[in-house]
Amino acid sequence: MRNPYLPYPVRIDEIITETEDRNLKTFKFVFLDPDDEGRFAYRAGQFAELSIPGKGEIPIGIASSPTEKGFVKFTVNKVGLVSSFLHNMKVGDIMGVRGPLGNSYPWDVLEGKNVVIIGGGFAFTTLRASIVYMLEPANRPKFKDIHVIYGARNPGMLLYGQELAAWEMRDDIHMHITVDGTDDPNWKYNTGFVPTITEQKAPPADPDTYAIICGPPIMIKFTQPVLDKLGYGHDQIIMSLEMRMKCGIGICGRCNIGKDFVCKDGPVFTLAQLNNMPKEY
Amino acid sequence: MKFVKIDKKEWAAGLDRLSAAYRLFGPVKEGNFHEFKALDAQERPDMAYVNTRRSPKALIYPQSEKMFEFSLDQTRADHHILREAGKDYTARAVIGIRPCDADAFRLVQKNFDTPEYRDPYWVQAYEATTLVGLGCSSPCSTCFCTTAGSGPFHEAGLDLLLADEGSGYLVKVLSPKGEALVQAAGWSDATAAEAAERRLQDLRGEAEARIVSRVPTAKLKDQKTNHLFDAPFWQEVAFSCINCGTCTYVCPTCWCFDLQDEVSGKDGIRYRNWDSCMFPLFTHHGSGHNPRSQKTQRVRQRFMHKLKYFVDKYDNGIQCVGCGRCIRLCPVNIDIRRVCNLMNHFDATACAIPAA
Amino acid sequence: MTGYIEKIREIAARLLTDGTVEMVIGFRKGTVPMMNEPFFVKNPLEVATLVWDSNCGINLANYLTDRKEKIAVLAKGCDSRNIVTHIIENKIKREQLYIIGVPCKGMIDRQRIAGRVDGEILKVVEAEERVVVSGRGFEKTFDKADVLQANCRLCIHRNPVLYDELAAELVSEQQDVDRYVEERRIEAMDVQQRWAYFDELLASCIRCYACRNACPLCYCPTCFVDESRPQWVGKSIDPIDTRTFHFLRAYHCAGRCTDCGACERACPVGINMRVFTKKLEKDCLELYGWEAGMSLDQRPPLDTYKVDDPEIFIK
Repeated sequence: MRNPYLPYPVRIDEIITETEDRNLKTFKFVFLDPDDEGRFAYRAGQFAELSIPGKGEIPIGIASSPTEKGFVKFTVNKVGLVSSFLHNMKVGDIMGVRGPLGNSYPWDVLEGKNVVIIGGGFAFTTLRASIVYMLEPANRPKFKDIHVIYGARNPGMLLYGQELAAWEMRDDIHMHITVDGTDDPNWKYNTGFVPTITEQKAPPADPDTYAIICGPPIMIKFTQPVLDKLGYGHDQIIMSLEMRMKCGIGICGRCNIGKDFVCKDGPVFTLAQLNNMPKEY
Repeated sequence: MKFVKIDKKEWAAGLDRLSAAYRLFGPVKEGNFHEFKALDAQERPDMAYVNTRRSPKALIYPQSEKMFEFSLDQTRADHHILREAGKDYTARAVIGIRPCDADAFRLVQKNFDTPEYRDPYWVQAYEATTLVGLGCSSPCSTCFCTTAGSGPFHEAGLDLLLADEGSGYLVKVLSPKGEALVQAAGWSDATAAEAAERRLQDLRGEAEARIVSRVPTAKLKDQKTNHLFDAPFWQEVAFSCINCGTCTYVCPTCWCFDLQDEVSGKDGIRYRNWDSCMFPLFTHHGSGHNPRSQKTQRVRQRFMHKLKYFVDKYDNGIQCVGCGRCIRLCPVNIDIRRVCNLMNHFDATACAIPAA
Repeated sequence: MTGYIEKIREIAARLLTDGTVEMVIGFRKGTVPMMNEPFFVKNPLEVATLVWDSNCGINLANYLTDRKEKIAVLAKGCDSRNIVTHIIENKIKREQLYIIGVPCKGMIDRQRIAGRVDGEILKVVEAEERVVVSGRGFEKTFDKADVLQANCRLCIHRNPVLYDELAAELVSEQQDVDRYVEERRIEAMDVQQRWAYFDELLASCIRCYACRNACPLCYCPTCFVDESRPQWVGKSIDPIDTRTFHFLRAYHCAGRCTDCGACERACPVGINMRVFTKKLEKDCLELYGWEAGMSLDQRPPLDTYKVDDPEIFIK
């Protein structure tokens, strides 16, 4: 069996600064060995460990969709030792990507369903992967209505601005982009916190409607009661958690919530599952 | 099952023959204690020991272990690409390990060797190791192996089980690795299996009768996880804890580790070190959030993991073999037997006090 | 010292009943011989669980750091000096504390005793000056003076320096104690010998940090060994990193350490790391005439500047 701690070598092919405070950058990686791309076959919702020799590894959600070929993308927030170093790297630099890790959103369950995607801030990365995946022509018919509620503090903090605008123009997806506040007179979309917009725009609860939430703890804390009020069942609310991780493969023991490892049994859990787990996250 | 007798007069010669085929490890006296060490040529394991201060887990799972090497020198073709570090997994044998410690490896294996991922370092080291066990005829007052799923003459996890009969050892061969070892040592004096098995049962019974410490575990599985998690006794249990890593480091069934890179000039290694859920930064997020920022939460994690989460996850009893090291070495005398008792007997409906 | 416990329990019950304090921090009986567990009592009906004997070497000042309650705490001489330091360093307020001073004639060293018998110790009985230790098939009596913790043998502040009430009469301080015999012995070694000595001393360190965590002085939210930006010290058992941890920790305790021995007592592998802190204690005494934790009214020497401070080490 392949050594699960060994990353696939990649080259940085493109770096895009996503937000006006320059704290979020999207990195496009190309595998040095093209066969590794096949070995890295992943599903939207999974993550990988970005590995920088000499610095360490960080667990980051995969922002690209498996339908996008030839590369893999990650949007990284600059918070610590490894991410800061990564932010200073250049196109052409070599590093490693280890994965794919984690359990992905439950695509088999979501087939034939309405999907409501709710995201906040820079937790939107795996949600981008999911949207691109669903909108792929071969996949779009597998899903019914798609709603996206995505908010950030202000317009300059939204990720994937151009893609958001393009999706807004489509008629096979309902976009509800929002910002907490702005004094930009040209702002065309919503203003209001994600939980508020969710209450206004989310489709009513339905056995065929599933919500995927990804965001900072505070956003989740206030969004979840809204979904409760709208009547969403707890096994139809899907969440992706964060946790400090090291090995990413359920062996180093660090990221457990109860008996489950966020890196291996998660990071995707339904709210019904989380209700039975210790509140330690 | 095959049984062999080893006359103690043949013991040394056998070990010498073994050292040609295996790297030998055994308990060696160091000051007032014993520790497992690599045995030099002619160095003998102290078979009269009770148990080592630190567990033998470091023989298979070193405290600091190099995993990869890399070079940051851009002139090299493989710069910034991790290379697997050279390892030596030639045959090793641990002579005189106690059944509890050998059983611990079996529990730890569930973590390192899973259907989805196999840790190549731990798995290869474990597969290269033959465990030659020594039954315990004089357990300590802090040993509670019999109620922790193990026992002084427990066979699980061992390749050979030796019973000290005074002038010799009675040996039960438990696996092909064990068989290969007795062959290599030239200990071929087979003995009648039925009588030997009966003798071993007697010794087992006598030794188990000397165990005075017990933990109640029968109700752990049925306890609701969140009830135990929210139980009010954690604050009192955790008060004295100083959050050092002693319990986790001396424990044969604790396995958490940390991955680190270290660079010197242009050369670097990625290695792993033992880490401890007791340390404050264990679950510290890059964002600054820490779900276990409080001491009580960390202490609770350790006991919930060992006595509840492991029980639920693997349906194989508690993550503890009753060796008693944490009890003897904890600087503040936190006692896992007491905590197990609290957890096993906890009745959520009887508690009027809200969770701390 | 064995008679102290009744008075301690009486004081504790009174303080809890009349609301002077919300909790009493002391010890309860351990589950293995020669160990007691730090413990708190909030209910005056539970004071009977408190114990006091010669196995109370753990420094209870360690449990005061950043607490918000009104607390009664048992304090020996060394503990009380650490409480003084804690107050000066703003880790606890004097008004929060009711210090139950416990004059101390020394704590016994369980490892020392265990090394002198053959077999597991099952029972220990203490009388005023003697310790009777027994196990399966043996019984041995020790003079307590022979089996004291290393720091207690050299103690010159057995009485608490700060207290609200005493649990017993003050004891006489030991006279003519030369505290630095071992440190002078090491100072006399040449560099190679010293290197070898420290190498061997720290060879079995497993980086568990029991020494650091048992010490009341070590309360940094993030210890220097845990910093990652920059990372000062490696986390493995590499001897250089291990030495760095011990040397630097000793320096961080310079001018503050009271030689309470909690570090050596906590160490699971028996490292005598007090040689480092005692060396710095000796330096502070000789250079600045300073003893840590003796008075609330004096700031430590590393905190203050005097024109006539020694400069011989500034080159």
